[in-house]
Amino acid sequence: MTVPLFDVLQQEFSQAGERTAVSHGVFVIELAPAQLLPTVERLQSAHAFDVFLDVTAVDWPDHELRFEVVHHFYSTTHKVRVRIKTRVAESSPAVATLRPLYGSAGYMERECHDMYGIVFTGNDDLRPILLYEGFTGHPLRKDYPKQFEQPLVPYRF
Amino acid sequence: MTAEIIIPNPVRSSLVGHEREGSVIVNLGPSHPATHGTVQIIAELDGERILRTDVHCGYLHRGFEKECEDHTWHNLIPYCDRLNYCSALINGFAYCEAVEKMMGIEMTPRTKYLRTLLSEYSRLCDHLTCVAASLMELGAMTAFLYLVMIRDYMYEHLAALTGARVTYSYSRIGGLAEDLPPGWLDRLAEILDQYEDFVGRVHGLVDRNRIFIDRLRDVGVISTADALNWGFTGPILRSTGVPRDLRKDAPYLAYAELDFQVPVGIKGDNYDRYFVRMREMDESVHMIRQLMDMLPDGPINVDDRRCIFPPKTLVYNEIESLINHFKLVMEGPVVPAGEIYLAHEAPNGELGFYIVSTGGGVPHKVHVRSPSFVHMGGVHLMLNGYQLADVVTTFGSVNMIGGECDR
Amino acid sequence: MYGKPLPVVSVPREPAGTFEFITTKKDELVGWARKFSLFPYPFVTACCAMEFMAVSASAYDTDRFGAALPRFSPRQADLLMIVGTVTQKQAPILRKVYEQMCEPKWVMAFGVCATSGGFYQNYASLPGIDKIIPVDVYIPGCPPRPEMVIDGIMKLQERIAQGRHPIINETF
Repeated sequence: MTVPLFDVLQQEFSQAGERTAVSHGVFVIELAPAQLLPTVERLQSAHAFDVFLDVTAVDWPDHELRFEVVHHFYSTTHKVRVRIKTRVAESSPAVATLRPLYGSAGYMERECHDMYGIVFTGNDDLRPILLYEGFTGHPLRKDYPKQFEQPLVPYRF
Repeated sequence: MTAEIIIPNPVRSSLVGHEREGSVIVNLGPSHPATHGTVQIIAELDGERILRTDVHCGYLHRGFEKECEDHTWHNLIPYCDRLNYCSALINGFAYCEAVEKMMGIEMTPRTKYLRTLLSEYSRLCDHLTCVAASLMELGAMTAFLYLVMIRDYMYEHLAALTGARVTYSYSRIGGLAEDLPPGWLDRLAEILDQYEDFVGRVHGLVDRNRIFIDRLRDVGVISTADALNWGFTGPILRSTGVPRDLRKDAPYLAYAELDFQVPVGIKGDNYDRYFVRMREMDESVHMIRQLMDMLPDGPINVDDRRCIFPPKTLVYNEIESLINHFKLVMEGPVVPAGEIYLAHEAPNGELGFYIVSTGGGVPHKVHVRSPSFVHMGGVHLMLNGYQLADVVTTFGSVNMIGGECDR
Repeated sequence: MYGKPLPVVSVPREPAGTFEFITTKKDELVGWARKFSLFPYPFVTACCAMEFMAVSASAYDTDRFGAALPRFSPRQADLLMIVGTVTQKQAPILRKVYEQMCEPKWVMAFGVCATSGGFYQNYASLPGIDKIIPVDVYIPGCPPRPEMVIDGIMKLQERIAQGRHPIINETF
């Protein structure tokens, strides 16, 4: 199914360092972390992507750039979705925050930080949201053992 | 009784230490009837009026995504049910459709219509639960009992089909677990008639009730711009006036062939959300009636041995089927490497599954874009500035489901 | 049981007299009153809440057993029903609520997640609430059918009826 907007997006975003593709009806842009904020600003202002759906990360432990941070956006006028993927290394897992552009980024970035340890520069409220104060480690990383419990109340037996 | 145990506080509030002059900080939850059990609201009050709130969710984080990375593609279907447990079928259908798309499988026509019918049936159960719970929190016990009665008929009816009342594990990659038993559709027609009777009584009790209107009108108002910016979807967005519904905007399953309307509200307040849900339930009943006539005959499972188990007679007699069965159970169906984001219109909004596969029988990542979690990020817009007692009505109308919010 | 004869052990016991008769009758009376007027505190978290709502509603009524009125303050309740999964984050709150309840109190683990953690065996979920508080009745099921819940309430009522109920001091 060809979507005319995808051709427009492809022309605009297929520059040096960015790769685009269409995957199961979603337009995918892969770029470097430094280009994330300008690209999202452009998507929001020029192409009316007004709903920020989701941010999450994928852990590829064998790769040099270990984490792949994935953002999804939706446009209520064009009714299509866009996925933006960036890669960051484990030593400096920092990505720009989208809180100034979208309010929903607050909680979702907190969750991504909780689960993977991705730091969103500019977001000063990265308190644990799904985990609790006192939890060390980031559970969804592949090297965190699934059953490693950190109880807050000591067990009776 | 026991030695002294220091019980630590699991959260850190952003309000403590930053209070304004003369305000009081109050904690609601997380064990609270109105916050549906698992959300903590730390509110800064000036008398009865809420100045700021700090909403803490995560008390039901059960590690769905980590569990998924340890189970085969089939084995994690029961975990999907427990996401939005009020409408458990929809989660399973969304997940299975995402995996089917990654494998390149097209579901059979009967499965397509049956999944649509059961999705709408689940939507009925969810909206009934939401409206019943919020009415009970306002004190309307009779309405709660009527709605839970009809929901109980639906649960027993679904138990006749799937074997369970609340969490069904009914969808399969490539089809469904069982076909309809005989007489199921007749009982469905009866239940839909009884539904109209019960809901008619609730409308009579509640719609023009002075107390109900005073408590819900102009309370918890959110504007369309705010709702879109803060990621609201589903009935909350529709109550602000925009007819955004994935079933119409990007039709999936059999929705493109159905005739239905998308109810919208006027102001984005609690009364509008109540009414949008009631009207959506009526539209769902209309859709189910259409689907009952449109249901084609045929098999429910695709004839694809990559994910569907071979029949037992073949498994016991042929070595190829035995090996096939063995591999599906022990290693899981092989899903080609890739990723997909697929969203369905759940009763709360856009429920999305972002699945990454590395070509094995176990997923690399299954992420759920849950509407309730995003709504918790924006619910403070609907709570700030209103009375403390309005927290009950607003939270009831947001329909936060803990399993979906915290996964 | 199973064909093997059990050894008979003689327990030294004082002969029962009038005081013991009065105590037993008092225990029966107080036990009867307490078992038919349970005030549950529904500590509701997850999917079992659907069945809790169903069992409190008209089709399977807990009001028949006297356990209808939920009290949402631990000070006013005597039956703590933990309905649904308790996570590590929620565990301190559960412990606090349990300690705020006054004697006599009973604890019911509703559902398999509260009993043993269910099928969530990971870093986030508490593997059974009996890790942090003592439990009287376990109701398995995911979620349990309302009939099972009623069976659990009846078992709890039997346990209350047959228990000791000291009301003035430790012996009476």
